[in-house]
Amino acid sequence: MTRKIVVTGLGATTPLGGDVETTWRALLAGESGISTLEQEWVERHQLPVKFAGQAKVKAKDILSVPETKRLDPASQFALIAAREAWADAGTPEVAPERLAVEFATGIGGVWTLLDAYDTLNASGPRRVLPMTVPMLMANGPAAAIGMDIAARGGVRTAVSACASSTEAIANAIARLQSGAIDIVVAGGCEAAIHPLPIAAFASMHALSRNNENPTGASRPYDTARDGFVMGEGAGALVIETEEHALARGAKIYAYLVGGSVTSDAHHITAPDPEGTGAARAMIEALDQAGAKIEDVVHINAHATSTPVGDIAEYTALKRVFGDHLNKICVSATKSSTGHLLGGAGAIEAIFTVLALYERTAPPTLNLQNQDPEIPIDVVTSPRKLPEGEILAISNSFGFGGHNAVVAFRSAN
Amino acid sequence: MALSQAEVLTGLAEIVNEETGIDTTQVQMEKSFVDDLDIDSISMLTIVMNAEEKFGVTIPEEKVADLKTVADAVNFITEAQ
Repeated sequence: MTRKIVVTGLGATTPLGGDVETTWRALLAGESGISTLEQEWVERHQLPVKFAGQAKVKAKDILSVPETKRLDPASQFALIAAREAWADAGTPEVAPERLAVEFATGIGGVWTLLDAYDTLNASGPRRVLPMTVPMLMANGPAAAIGMDIAARGGVRTAVSACASSTEAIANAIARLQSGAIDIVVAGGCEAAIHPLPIAAFASMHALSRNNENPTGASRPYDTARDGFVMGEGAGALVIETEEHALARGAKIYAYLVGGSVTSDAHHITAPDPEGTGAARAMIEALDQAGAKIEDVVHINAHATSTPVGDIAEYTALKRVFGDHLNKICVSATKSSTGHLLGGAGAIEAIFTVLALYERTAPPTLNLQNQDPEIPIDVVTSPRKLPEGEILAISNSFGFGGHNAVVAFRSAN
Repeated sequence: MALSQAEVLTGLAEIVNEETGIDTTQVQMEKSFVDDLDIDSISMLTIVMNAEEKFGVTIPEEKVADLKTVADAVNFITEAQ
């Protein structure tokens, strides 16, 4: 039996705001979440990149002291987003055994790991905190959410770099289609604005070095794009069977109609320049939706603002949509939020859902000279989407050759 | 200068509160860490570590299991200073 699946709750904490409403309004207003890092370690390490998209609201201002002491910053963001989504969904009553969590991270508890190593070096093993392992493990955020909402139907963590949280949402579909689960809290998080990940991403020339103009640094599709901008935060979606949602009278944001994961087996970091795997993921997601390419009106692109990545995604889009691509409006919201790595797919899925729900595609910042090799219709100010039943997709790709795509259909 | 029992209790209550959220007024001498305050073993280890730091004492690992009540810990720390 094929069940219809709906999105009934949204939660987020991002560089644009501490919740979904603030984030979405700031995104539509064309605000940037990127700023210069004032931490002393930037100068101490002479980091070549001195800016990022830091969470607008600090987790310690929201959570209790024990929560901030026992959870890595990534898990703290995850818990904040999940609680908002759960409340937004109306705090559903569901049997714990029929409630699951699919919550991703790209890197995991990197602050915890590196702080503990600093402690080991400075003070020896007796000073390494007993909570270090549960705090650093990649499944920590999913486990924290699972305990918070009493999910006993399975708590899992997809780890596929920057595709992680889109993969988590795709995995939620299978959980719900199995018939064993009624609700999944899905999403992802990241808290990696730490000197080591910044140095490491900079070392591979993945990051923009536009230190003079942080808010202009993330510029997908622009000829002057020179790399992505790190961001932090989390996004969470409450996803359930339509039957369950209707029975409890839940608000329905959109239908989740497709989710697909493919892999390139091409190169550990470089995207397949032919875009074959990415295209296959989009086609499979649309097939699951029972949709034609002409049904798609909007795409939230992966579009990280790297020279090769943006081109490779365009190649894949062209491969899938052909001439219909001219009729699709594309938003590259990392221009505003930065790249939340394992949290990126989740917040972009939320943006895609809200674009359908409010019939408004969000803008792309900093597009001054569009790359002539990427001739697509980029949304640069909020764009009205058509009435009637419409479809939108969100793409995420990750180091390792991971491609993940989710498709949503309007419900209102 | 060595701290009094009351001062150690106040400091220990602050450590317990930071780690577990338990109100400092609940951290009373006769209370058992496990049975009364519901503190798990991993939190207990963290509390011990933070107490060592705060009071400048060493609490041997084999001694931790003997610290069943708040009084056990306060007395040990007061004497070990």
